Amino acid sequence: MLSVDRIYKSYEGQPLLNGVSFEVRESETVCLLGSSGSGKSTLLRIIAGLEEPESGQVAWKGKPLGNTPAHQRRFGLMFQDYALFPHRNVAENIAFGLRMQNLPKDEINTRVNGALQTITMTGFAQRKVTELSGGEQQRVALARALAPNPRLLMLDEPLGALDRTLREQLSQELRRILHESKVPAIYVTHDQEEAFAIADRLLLLHAGVILQSGRPHEFYHHPKNVWVARFFGLGNLVEGTVSAHSPLQVETPLGLIQASCNQDPPAIGEKTTLLFRPNQAVQDPNATENKITGKVLDQVFQGENYRLTLAINDHIPEFNLTLPKPAEIGAHLQVSYPPAQVLCLDNGAEV
Amino acid sequence: MNRTLRRWSKHPTWRALLLWVLPVAFLAYFFYQPLLALFNLVISPTWGFDLGSLNLDRIWRPLSFTIGQAALSTLLTLILGLPGAWLFARFTFPGKKALKILTTLPFILPTVVVAAGFNALLGPRGWVNLGLMALFNLSAPPIQFLNTFGAILVAHVFYNTTIIIRVVSNAWAQQNIRLRHAAQVLGASPWRTFREVTLPLLKPSILAGTFLVFLFNFTSFGVVLMLGGPQFATLEVEIYIQALHRLNLPLASILAILQLLCTLLITLGHNRVSGLGDVVTSPPAHTLDARKPRTGWERLVVILLIITLFTLLVAPLASLALRSFVKLEPTRGERGEIQRGLTLQFYRELGVNRRGDLFFVPPIAAARNSFIFALITIGITLSLGLLVAYALGQHTAINKFLDPLLMLPLGASAITLGLGFIIVFNRPPFSTLRFPILIPIAHSLVALPFIVRTLVPALQDISRSLRNAARVLGASPFKVWREVDLPLLTPALLVSTIFALTISLGEFGASSFLVRPEYPTMPVAIFRYISQPGALNYGQALAMSTILMLASALGIFIIERLQSPGKDIF
Repeated sequence: MLSVDRIYKSYEGQPLLNGVSFEVRESETVCLLGSSGSGKSTLLRIIAGLEEPESGQVAWKGKPLGNTPAHQRRFGLMFQDYALFPHRNVAENIAFGLRMQNLPKDEINTRVNGALQTITMTGFAQRKVTELSGGEQQRVALARALAPNPRLLMLDEPLGALDRTLREQLSQELRRILHESKVPAIYVTHDQEEAFAIADRLLLLHAGVILQSGRPHEFYHHPKNVWVARFFGLGNLVEGTVSAHSPLQVETPLGLIQASCNQDPPAIGEKTTLLFRPNQAVQDPNATENKITGKVLDQVFQGENYRLTLAINDHIPEFNLTLPKPAEIGAHLQVSYPPAQVLCLDNGAEV
Repeated sequence: MNRTLRRWSKHPTWRALLLWVLPVAFLAYFFYQPLLALFNLVISPTWGFDLGSLNLDRIWRPLSFTIGQAALSTLLTLILGLPGAWLFARFTFPGKKALKILTTLPFILPTVVVAAGFNALLGPRGWVNLGLMALFNLSAPPIQFLNTFGAILVAHVFYNTTIIIRVVSNAWAQQNIRLRHAAQVLGASPWRTFREVTLPLLKPSILAGTFLVFLFNFTSFGVVLMLGGPQFATLEVEIYIQALHRLNLPLASILAILQLLCTLLITLGHNRVSGLGDVVTSPPAHTLDARKPRTGWERLVVILLIITLFTLLVAPLASLALRSFVKLEPTRGERGEIQRGLTLQFYRELGVNRRGDLFFVPPIAAARNSFIFALITIGITLSLGLLVAYALGQHTAINKFLDPLLMLPLGASAITLGLGFIIVFNRPPFSTLRFPILIPIAHSLVALPFIVRTLVPALQDISRSLRNAARVLGASPFKVWREVDLPLLTPALLVSTIFALTISLGEFGASSFLVRPEYPTMPVAIFRYISQPGALNYGQALAMSTILMLASALGIFIIERLQSPGKDIF
């Protein structure tokens, strides 16, 4: 439905969005994930028509929107700071978009009441928005954005300003409301847990481009490169040089490691980075490959498992493991990784 | 006993009372006493004044004229100021910074300087008239500007346009841009966004600015006296004339009380509407959206506005400065071919007592007097201002009663103050004849509300935990003050100092009552010279005005640099 095509936008001379392209399909919630300053909000404003891209285009059902001003796009946008009109009460805020469509008064009233029910704030119609709590303001902002039945809803860090417990509660409510309204949505956040919870599909924005897109679990199992693995905190990253193909062998400070690769492995002699996930280490005394030995530095009890930190050598002062059994601090410990569990990652896009 | 006393001394109410003692005593003696004396004069029978015999027309005429000219001036100011605010809030253009600095100038420029500036531009000896006379060989100045109603209006627009621009454009620029974005995304066209979101949110600041401008126009004195002449007597001018020229103190007092009531009403109205501006939901995250004018129509309006504002602000001041360096007419006593052109004569003459008169000291002495008065004013206002700021910081119940008492002098005009002073203090120990200390005291009363408004927010900004941190780290209460409060207050103290300095240097209303011939201040001396015939007197008045203008300009530029962006004295 919405297609964003090679959007370019610079900020103070630096490219901020460097050819961003993606699509949003019918009744799909897409999560745009990126660290702060990555240009997520700018991208939303460009889609909304509040800012103009320097090149590239935004299209709805194939029709370019370049000449459609913001107020004629019928996209909803929920702002990070909610941007509720301080001079209007709750009902008037929700009614604003309906009034802009010049709907009859009765219909506006009915729909405002309906919206208040959806956000379970029926008694709040006449309240001043300045007197609402953060969570209440958030829900009014959502109701205001949804009331005019937008073709697309965009949410800019909608839970960003709230505290942890409220966030978990409201993110469930948001998911329910988005699901019920069936409106295609772009949800912007920097919080991966929130993104995993809300998204049908995830887009990772980094250095001005969509670095990877896919369903949440794909990011976990097949991070596209080192940066993605680091962003999601997937595990220990060890640099090395490819020394042989089939089987793939990489020379690292841990020794010669056999690894596997999702895409074509780098050429022999090229640099690469290996991902060792903490929970995939095995304690098998008969293992012959990928043996790792180190001194236990620290150990934290985590309920079902123990989180250990090993010191391996000068190059790798800290290596994290999750093991079912405790170890003795200061003792030497040997673990091994099956070659299929050591992922060889692309170094290239590291910025 | 001793322990009870010590506990008492630590009680916040007690501490607040201690801090309040001096400021309250000062205000009671020097502000409320003269004020009461005015009332007393009107009702007391000893003056032989009969309220019943009063010709109401003598009150109604200046009152209606004051209201009328203030309303008209305010309207004209809004007509120019609101587009000006739009210009500053929404657009970037070359020279914006310079124009922005220029708009700060009228705020603190003494009325005598502005009057002298318009005189140098449009007066009978001004550039325009002399130029037209030379061009068309006329024997008399073709443009009659001085002593017209138009002159008063133009000067008021000059003064107050920048107030509207600053108050409204600040509010405009600080408006959360996302509110406008939200309206647009919800389907509001640009015009509808302006009408439904921007304008309603600007309303409090527009109203507050309007009240403020109306108040300034209502209490305008120097401008009316020097540009309008006696036939356009506002309440202020009428009080001045009745008290100093007709010696009709009871009538002057009635007018002063009337004036006080009116200004009080206007101030109350202003406070009411400016309080409305505080409803801000969230700190504005994205506010910077000034852009270049895009369409041809926008460009035309922007250019016209820039030219109008630039001309209005610069023309009188530039004429003043230039005219003070140029000799165009013969001085008295000079015969034959006169030397026209650049000259420093007017500045050299500032040090000479031409008349040899006992009462006419050389003009440069006026500068020295002004400077001494300003130093005393700085001392008084800073000490009292700090005490008040700390007292208000104690958050006790007495603040509720004392705070309004403190801000009342804002509503009283300098003329009323001067009148009250001569009624109360024109006898020992303060006889104005012998004791010019009353002048800096009057200046302090005028400046104090500004100082308090500068210091109180600065003090509130100092987080309590900073002081606690210093105390826990072993600093004694005095050291806490020296190491935490003082350095953090320094910018505000500097701003206050410059405010006190420039207000004192330019104060004209109260000074015109209190100044004696042998102790003139600069504004009084300028008024004296400019109202006398002769090209030399005129040149000297302009030279002194130029000096005063430069001093004030320097002051306001430093204040601008020191004040954090977004904060304004209004």
